[in-house]
Amino acid sequence: MQKITIAPVTRIEGHARISLFLDDNGTVSDARFQVTQIRGFERFVTGRPFFEMPALTARICGICPVSHQLASAKACDQLLAVTIPAAAVRLRSLLNFGQLVQSHALSFFYLSAPDLLLGMDHPVATRNFFGVAENDPQFARDGIELRRFGQQVIERLAGRRIHPAWVVPGGVSAPLKSAARDEILNELPAMQTLMRNHLKRFRESLGRHQEYADNFGCFPSLFLSLVDNLGRLEHYHGTIRIIDAHGSTIADNLAPASYEEYIGEAIEPWTYLKFPYYRPQGYPEGMYRVGPLARLNVCGCCGTRYADLELNRFRQLATGRPVLSSFHAHYARLIEILYALEMMEQLLADPSVLDPHVRAVAGVNAFEGIGAIEAPRGTLIHHYRVDADGLIEQVNLIIATGHNNLAMNRAILQAARRYISQDRLEEGILNRIEAVIRTFDPCLSCSTHAVGSMPFVIELMGPDGRCLDRVRR
Amino acid sequence: MTTPILTLTIDGKEVSGLAGETILQVARENGFFIPTLCWLDGLTSAGSCRLCMVEIKGSAALHPACITLIQEGMAVTTSSERLLRYRRAIIELLFSERNHVCAVCVVNGHCELQTLAQQLGIDHISFPGLYPDLPVDASHPRFVIDHNRCILCTRCVRVCGEIEGAHTWDVKNRGVRSQIVADFDTPWGDSTTCTGCGKCVHVCPTGALFEKGKSVAEMFKKPLGLPYLKAIRDLGV
Repeated sequence: MQKITIAPVTRIEGHARISLFLDDNGTVSDARFQVTQIRGFERFVTGRPFFEMPALTARICGICPVSHQLASAKACDQLLAVTIPAAAVRLRSLLNFGQLVQSHALSFFYLSAPDLLLGMDHPVATRNFFGVAENDPQFARDGIELRRFGQQVIERLAGRRIHPAWVVPGGVSAPLKSAARDEILNELPAMQTLMRNHLKRFRESLGRHQEYADNFGCFPSLFLSLVDNLGRLEHYHGTIRIIDAHGSTIADNLAPASYEEYIGEAIEPWTYLKFPYYRPQGYPEGMYRVGPLARLNVCGCCGTRYADLELNRFRQLATGRPVLSSFHAHYARLIEILYALEMMEQLLADPSVLDPHVRAVAGVNAFEGIGAIEAPRGTLIHHYRVDADGLIEQVNLIIATGHNNLAMNRAILQAARRYISQDRLEEGILNRIEAVIRTFDPCLSCSTHAVGSMPFVIELMGPDGRCLDRVRR
Repeated sequence: MTTPILTLTIDGKEVSGLAGETILQVARENGFFIPTLCWLDGLTSAGSCRLCMVEIKGSAALHPACITLIQEGMAVTTSSERLLRYRRAIIELLFSERNHVCAVCVVNGHCELQTLAQQLGIDHISFPGLYPDLPVDASHPRFVIDHNRCILCTRCVRVCGEIEGAHTWDVKNRGVRSQIVADFDTPWGDSTTCTGCGKCVHVCPTGALFEKGKSVAEMFKKPLGLPYLKAIRDLGV
């Protein structure tokens, strides 16, 4: 058997290595997406007071610190056994939308645009954000502008852009000032217009990418995400709904707190990233996807005007069924940005968002807490057990990239079969495989709670186990 | 009988103080900065952190300013390359001895250890960390002691014994294994002597002692006016 390894995988968050195994006929028989680092957050936070958990777990990731804080704080609210003030809930939701905008803008405009705008075969030296900026300065400026806006929403609410310490068990540490609300509100219309224009442009360019839509993670799977009590798109509250590849709801109103009943976590000896699966269907058949694509497939509607108009167009990609290609996660991300901008407007329009009562104070009143939110990359679950003094005894974290692990492996296999038919690794082929991974926007530092920037190795292994080709970046 | 007035120089400037005053007292009265950690106005001086070391002309050794009394004609240097080197080394050793993670600490931004490190220009630790596996005692209903952040300055021990008069806190073991204990090494919440006054929490220079329920950077230590408390106690008021 032959094996191809791609390492490091670039323009994703974290370290990865891809091994492709060839059979006697030279076709790809298996693909493994290996995450090669571990950080051990679940272990070293044991013994700490749970009040530190939102700040401690935020350090898992510099891109999504806010997502971890929110999931963590929701778990901690349960340890306090309190209902947090309504204004705090609104502010937390707003913060989550700020996070969604900045992270999706990063994924689309900075990380994926070089492939989409310049093409997969564009010279590697300029196939990056600077190449995009040279080729289409306004596009690059818009991307920067959107990300800045998202980050600034976080700063205006929480005091700083990265690792703010504003979200606390029981609510948030300070109310929103009316000046900050007005600043955000003033910028929202321009951001919405900008986003609608980019959605139009992306939609019109879809025809050019049909080849990738057909081959980048295009396969049946389950989809999982939170929805609100009316079945609409939801990122902070809600219950879990799971649909199958035909669009039928196979599980609904699942409490995130009982996730262990329906989500199993398999372990493979060749990677630090676990493989969550839907228990009733077993491993690995219970493969499901989370994230923007899953959310738009699962929800009944967005619940906001322009996002719903766009969702209808999105759904025409697969008439009456879920959109199966992970390539369309890019499209889904753009729709979600628009949705987040509309939701911010709704939340900020309500004067109660300025209510000074934003924190419930209590001690340990329960010994187990499970918090779930929709992070930019998908459902994020924090599960804590504490002792009677409030010290952490046990932690389990399921991160979006983890949920997608089985699907990412499947997607790489699909792309490798399509693009590799010899024992050599051509640059354009490598980049297509990387681009497949990028559609999932994986955050490996989060999902293994693993350290790192972005090295990427691909190894091509022959039927006899010999390494035929190896590329490292 | 009047207390004699002594004259000395600090960093070349002629100053005077009363016999029985320490170099630190006279230096501070005259606006000289000498860093301290274990010393706290109103408590007996322990002289243990060694940050306030100064040079005295005619002596090869360094002397802790908080417990060295002034003498007539003394020439004190509070700041030199050598002193800065020692002070930096002391702070770095304190950081490397236990698990100080400022970014997620309850006193981040208002911690005496962190502030001193910043003042001394410390941006990394040259010594390998010991990373000891130390417990957090959250058994008290209102307060928490996190031994990971304790620098063993013993301010808590002294304020509890000298001002509150409870003497709940003490130190067990020796050297690097030393650890603050409540009563005879019981969980704080089980202490029969602790009055729950919270003085130890507010004199602690780091995030080792803090109020329960505080999140990152939320714990502010309040100045207690210890000399005032001590004076009224000594007067028997």
